[in-house]
Amino acid sequence: MSSTAMVHADRVSKSFGSNNVLRSISLEVQAGEVLCVVGPSGSGKSTFLRCINHLEKIDAGRLFVEGQLVGYRQKGDKLHELRPKEAALQRRDIGMVFQRFNLFPHMTALENIIQAPMRVKRVPKAKAVLRARELMERVGLGDKADHYPAHLSGGQQQRVAIARALAMDPKLMLFDEPTSALDPELVGEVLDVMKELATSGMTMIVVTHEMGFAREVADSVAFMDGGIVVESGPPSELLGNPQQERTKAFLSKVL
Amino acid sequence: MTVSKPVADVQPAANEQAQGEAIVAVPLRHPWRISIAVVLVLMLALFVVDAAQRPDYGWADVGKYLFDRRISQAAWVTLSLTIYAMVGAIVLGLLLAIMRLSPNPVVKSIAWLYLWIFRGTPVYVQLVFWGIVALIYPVFTIGIPFMDPWVSIPNDVFTNLYITAVIGLALNEAAYMSEIVRAGLLSVDEGQEEASTALAMSWGQTMRYVVVPQAMKIIIPPTGNEVISMLKTTSLVAAIPLSIDLYGVSRGISAVTFTPVPLLIVASIWYLLFTSVLMVGQHFIEKRFSRGTGRRQAGPASDIDPSVAKVTEVPLGNEVGGKG
Repeated sequence: MSSTAMVHADRVSKSFGSNNVLRSISLEVQAGEVLCVVGPSGSGKSTFLRCINHLEKIDAGRLFVEGQLVGYRQKGDKLHELRPKEAALQRRDIGMVFQRFNLFPHMTALENIIQAPMRVKRVPKAKAVLRARELMERVGLGDKADHYPAHLSGGQQQRVAIARALAMDPKLMLFDEPTSALDPELVGEVLDVMKELATSGMTMIVVTHEMGFAREVADSVAFMDGGIVVESGPPSELLGNPQQERTKAFLSKVL
Repeated sequence: MTVSKPVADVQPAANEQAQGEAIVAVPLRHPWRISIAVVLVLMLALFVVDAAQRPDYGWADVGKYLFDRRISQAAWVTLSLTIYAMVGAIVLGLLLAIMRLSPNPVVKSIAWLYLWIFRGTPVYVQLVFWGIVALIYPVFTIGIPFMDPWVSIPNDVFTNLYITAVIGLALNEAAYMSEIVRAGLLSVDEGQEEASTALAMSWGQTMRYVVVPQAMKIIIPPTGNEVISMLKTTSLVAAIPLSIDLYGVSRGISAVTFTPVPLLIVASIWYLLFTSVLMVGQHFIEKRFSRGTGRRQAGPASDIDPSVAKVTEVPLGNEVGGKG
């Protein structure tokens, strides 16, 4: 086991009833790396992402973030489930962005961003607001701080969601199909923010259908199908010269 | 009007047609509408004139007792019963709703059992039971079961009829409130809890800052209905028997004066006054909370331009403008 990796998955499996969603997934993401996970829908990409911050429990294998076992504590040869508080402590360093944004609709953009720092990290409000305004500026929405989510476009909402995740100063960002729910003309503005984030050295795992983004930004791309990682490698190789038949078949449909 | 302009923009054809010959037609007559209306108004007028002359209604007594001090004091008792019972019902209802959503099957079943009993039996029967419960449990004891108790306290709770009435009404109403609260909590999108959890907020924080504020939109309007319903249900405390509420006191007076009808009318006027005030309040609460739809999270496809969103925030004007 390498404890230096930001994310280390060792033969991770997960099933919902008789449906084996993840079948022995092994992969590694180093600090500062961007991994794009591509594949047909229902291939287990999103489930794998949700296991990393323990929104879903895994059934077999081991999953480490920064060398720390996710969701469990090892005592001798036994695993102990973490208390909700301990699990929350692990999530503090992992930001997540959802396909459907999941902004809090009863709060303004700014209020959305300051919630977690204030409630979880006990940052004083004035300081949290200052930081939130910086982040709104960074995602290009400096003038929208007092807008409610319903008054923002999908692309703007997703950028607020990214700022909200960044407000916890995460070491790892998980993106679950961040542009799939957007109208085509709004995809670019979200991808631009994500590119800027990648350039700034953030470790990112991005489940996406945007092959252009994967080619340009990712350090490595993993192709998943039927709950397994069929093939992975640098984007130029995986997208340009796929080795597996299944990868070729998928890419021929989306490229 | 602000709205008529975009309508004209969208349908330029409508403008061209407006220049065609105006329609001057004889409107369709509705003779039956008029005849039915006339018959109904006549019947109502007949009833009012007749009632005004019937001595049994005792209109003079209605005037005499409407502002009687005993009646107005009893009206306060009815109001206070309503308030205390509703507060108790909301607190207990919230607890029951959370119990029903609990992952613990025993806790869940107990909440279900409570609902089954309290919604499955008439409130009148429940109130009679609470009225005699002090006979079954004359003392409260603390200690090990089936051993000599350490402390014994005489049951003063259920011998006080007012407190018994509040408890009896609250226990019954809690079953209904818990369903309202549960529906509200379940109405909040799962993604909200997920996003909050992913931000490392605890379950309590998620509930308090994210789920409950959004659930309130669903919870508050039917709760207003329950308040109005409770105000009328308080008249059933006669079953305990508590007789210091509005209905109890008016019945008490009529038992002495032998004029039951005027006192029923007096009590009804007071109930109508209270429910009318509550209905007006209810109307504003519903307006206030339905307005929240303008803030609801837009679906993935509906990317609203801010300027358009501002217009849709004026709900009624938009509708009228669209039709005109």
